Amino acid sequence: MTDKEPLFSAKNMKLLREPLGASNPITVQVLGICSALAITVKLEPSIVLAISVLVVMAVSNVVISLMRKIIPPRIRIIVQLVVIATMVILVDEVLQAYAYDVSKQLSVFVGLIITNCIIMGRLEAFALANKPWPAFLDGVGNAFGYGMILILVAFFRELLGSGTLLDIQIIPKAIYEMGYVNNGLMVLPPMALIVVGIFIWIQRSRNKDLIEQK
Amino acid sequence: MSALRRYIDKIKPNVEEGGKFHLFKSTFEAFETFLFVPNTVTKSGTHIRDAMDMKRTMFLVVIAMIPALLFGIWNTGYHHFLALGIDASFWEMIWYGFIRVFPIIVVSYVVGLGTEFVFAQIRGHEVAEGFLVSGMLIPLVMPVDVPLWMVALATVFAVIIGKEVFGGVGMNILNPALTARAFLFFAYPSQMSGDAVWIGGLRRGMETVDGFSGATILGQAAQNNSEFVNGIGEAYSSWNMFLGNIPGSIGETSTLAILLGAFILIATGVGSWKIIFSVFAGGAVMGLLLNTFAVNEFMEVPFWEHLLLGGFAFGAVFMATDPVSATQSERGKWIYGFLIGFLAILIRVLNPAYPEGVMLAILLMNVFAPLIDHYVVENNIRKRLKRAKVQA
Repeated sequence: MTDKEPLFSAKNMKLLREPLGASNPITVQVLGICSALAITVKLEPSIVLAISVLVVMAVSNVVISLMRKIIPPRIRIIVQLVVIATMVILVDEVLQAYAYDVSKQLSVFVGLIITNCIIMGRLEAFALANKPWPAFLDGVGNAFGYGMILILVAFFRELLGSGTLLDIQIIPKAIYEMGYVNNGLMVLPPMALIVVGIFIWIQRSRNKDLIEQK
Repeated sequence: MSALRRYIDKIKPNVEEGGKFHLFKSTFEAFETFLFVPNTVTKSGTHIRDAMDMKRTMFLVVIAMIPALLFGIWNTGYHHFLALGIDASFWEMIWYGFIRVFPIIVVSYVVGLGTEFVFAQIRGHEVAEGFLVSGMLIPLVMPVDVPLWMVALATVFAVIIGKEVFGGVGMNILNPALTARAFLFFAYPSQMSGDAVWIGGLRRGMETVDGFSGATILGQAAQNNSEFVNGIGEAYSSWNMFLGNIPGSIGETSTLAILLGAFILIATGVGSWKIIFSVFAGGAVMGLLLNTFAVNEFMEVPFWEHLLLGGFAFGAVFMATDPVSATQSERGKWIYGFLIGFLAILIRVLNPAYPEGVMLAILLMNVFAPLIDHYVVENNIRKRLKRAKVQA
């Protein structure tokens, strides 16, 4: 605590921005894939899950960061799990109270936020060694990076697979009458993998730094 | 000929380094090598060259597919007029089949080659010849009533996701033509399977004779019928299945025409007889097993009829032998082929939701091909090491 850093210094903004692009948790680190494949059939559950992960991640990052000096290193994983699990249960209760339908659609995947590798990864790699404010920004940044991909994938899958967005018919009836048919493969999980793969492809062809050296 | 050569030489400087149309170099080269044997020479090492370059290899496969294509065209017309209840002449059947099949071929080639050319320009590599074969395989595995835009979409998907993402021709894990078919099968099941898509015109509400059904034999078998009949209720014999005047995808019905193609492939050394033979062997073994433990009508279908039905022969001869996605080692080819036949019949009979087990079996074994090769090579190394130690 020698020199006071401004709240939105360049270093802190980098924490927020990097996970959106060059160190995106899904397309670059390939974490949290399971939920990205499972719940992105429709846009609405994806948005809800993205927000839930944002809340869980931001709060547990701050909590772990506050406790970082008093957590005994040997039991740190268990402490992290307890913090995450508490947050997940809170989020789950709120969803069941105020968004029951979506909560039913998401079913186990709200509970499975506990095992989302991105959250554990950020707690281990960042919150345990940093002050609360940067930890908060890191959590928010990564949750945005995760949610962004989730919502993009769901956008394409719902539009092409069901012809709707947020359950509102987007593709007009006239096109169906001309012979257009919804793409049934978009509704199946393999297509989510292919869509994520295409995102990774586009990102890597634009950002050459991400390509592994042979 | 020499006038053509002069013309090509005249426009060549434009696409060379620094020329006006350098961007289109790969397009130009594709056409130039299509017309003339390239005069480039190998610069390093010792090589054995012969006239069988990739273009000639691919062309032989296309020639081998022609019997199946011609039969498919006739068969399309035959079933169309059978459904209408009209006694049509041979040439009327050919003509109807031609106007239905030809657009699918054109769409497949134009869209596929278009995609290939675009990628070749963007990535700056040569236009590879692989699509010459895929472009013909895709129409042959489509039901005749498939909408053309679906063929176009599937072709784009197959070329990009099946091939270009892995690095283009020669690098693909899956067979591109089967990727196209699998894409349509899962994306648009009502246009790719069922009873109505196999007869030209049936899905568009054509007037048929009373009680006409367009169900394929496998479709009937999946309903646990023991007697297979054609659209107007006449019984099919094994001979019909061998000749191929049964409903099905355009090129897959005639085992006879496919065997002609197989003969061309084997005689020219393009297709591996080991794979073709072992696919049939694997299918026969699984068929026999199912016959032995039969508990329903589908399992009682005699094993030799399984080899004649659906896309089994077509898959064995034209799809499984794709040199890129098959195993490379000679012993691996036996294992690979056998498992394709074995799994194809298993999926076909025990999972009636997927009457076309051949497609899924080949795609699955495409994925396993590198693994099979790995163990064949490892095994060989181990064996030889052991021998070396004994003698030392």
